[in-house]
Amino acid sequence: MKRRVLVAFVLTLALAFVFLLAGAMLDLGPTTIDLRAPVAAHLAQSGVTHPVTAVLLNYRGYDTLLEIAVLLVALLALLAVVGDAPVPPSRAAHPVLQTLARLATPLMIVVAVYLLWAGAFRPGGAFQAGAVLAAAAVLLHLVGLQPGWSRPRLGLRIGLAAGFVLFLAVATGLLTQGSLLQYPPAAAGVLILLIESGLTVSLALILASLFLFLSREEGA
Amino acid sequence: MSTGFVFALAGAVLFSLGVAGVVLIGHLLRRILAFNLMGSGAFLVLVGLAQRQDVADPVPQAMVLTGIVVAVAATALALALVRKLHALTGQLGLPGDVDE
Amino acid sequence: MTLAFDLLLALSLLWTAWRTLATPRLDRALVLFIVFGLLMSLAWARLAAPDIGLAEAAIGAGLTGALLLDAYGVLRRRVRP
Repeated sequence: MKRRVLVAFVLTLALAFVFLLAGAMLDLGPTTIDLRAPVAAHLAQSGVTHPVTAVLLNYRGYDTLLEIAVLLVALLALLAVVGDAPVPPSRAAHPVLQTLARLATPLMIVVAVYLLWAGAFRPGGAFQAGAVLAAAAVLLHLVGLQPGWSRPRLGLRIGLAAGFVLFLAVATGLLTQGSLLQYPPAAAGVLILLIESGLTVSLALILASLFLFLSREEGA
Repeated sequence: MSTGFVFALAGAVLFSLGVAGVVLIGHLLRRILAFNLMGSGAFLVLVGLAQRQDVADPVPQAMVLTGIVVAVAATALALALVRKLHALTGQLGLPGDVDE
Repeated sequence: MTLAFDLLLALSLLWTAWRTLATPRLDRALVLFIVFGLLMSLAWARLAAPDIGLAEAAIGAGLTGALLLDAYGVLRRRVRP
């Protein structure tokens, strides 16, 4: 009985919230702040021609820098939670699945590199490329070709931190020139590609680690 | 009614649904699902409302792209905590929850 | 016509979200959540945000789904050895 009252109460509140929010949305006038024009106006100096990438890596570089830091912290917290248990031998999946995974992996790597390159002028970029690479690692793990990870070795640690460190190095290097993360227009394209490559590698390793460290069987 | 507005409204409903789920559901895996629905709702409101005149706006899109990647990291961390909790106590709910 | 499609997509988003929370079986809930992620990436395509659509398809549907199903498998094995 008490539970039913609680459910009704919470659902009523949620419904009221929806109506209030919808009413507020319907009430909204035309936008007072429009960032499309400034984004388009400075696109020529940003080093890339795709506006979303320009926002992510140039205008709002802080966000992306802090994002990769957040991901790194989340992975560290996860490692602290799971501890280091021994990795059981991975079970091999059906040979057909394994062959398919072997065929798909090079294609996924090509797709990831293409996405990274395409990010400069069309939809794509470091996030998508990193996610595809991580998905390839997860696929290999699921068919038993890539064992789970027990503790990060030196190479993996360097890879995990590389994107953040590279980004931070570029940011502080630019600090000596003027202000943080303000690229000189001539070098912006190269710097963004450099940062994005680092981000892709680190993002792929971090996302894959989230799965590969977590998926160690406990007592199965 | 524009595309952006339709999805902004859907996002508002989705967010409330997620909040109700997080509050009402005791099972922790489902609570993580509800939390993710909340996130998706917030993203839809953010992009949909900015594009209610149906012109693409790169600024909220870039923010949401960042948000999606952070959301998956948060989900993985939450899952690690749930698995640890289950390994230590055998429970899949938090103590003191009013549930079923 | 496009409005009808948008409304249909929005409604199916809400319906899958509702079923994800309300369906009694947990494995179904997880699969519905993956479906929800794929529908979300369609919604992003409709909102002229292909960048987010790509990321959502790879991360929201792919990686999150794999993480959730893996956790579900381990928890179930532990309950019934």
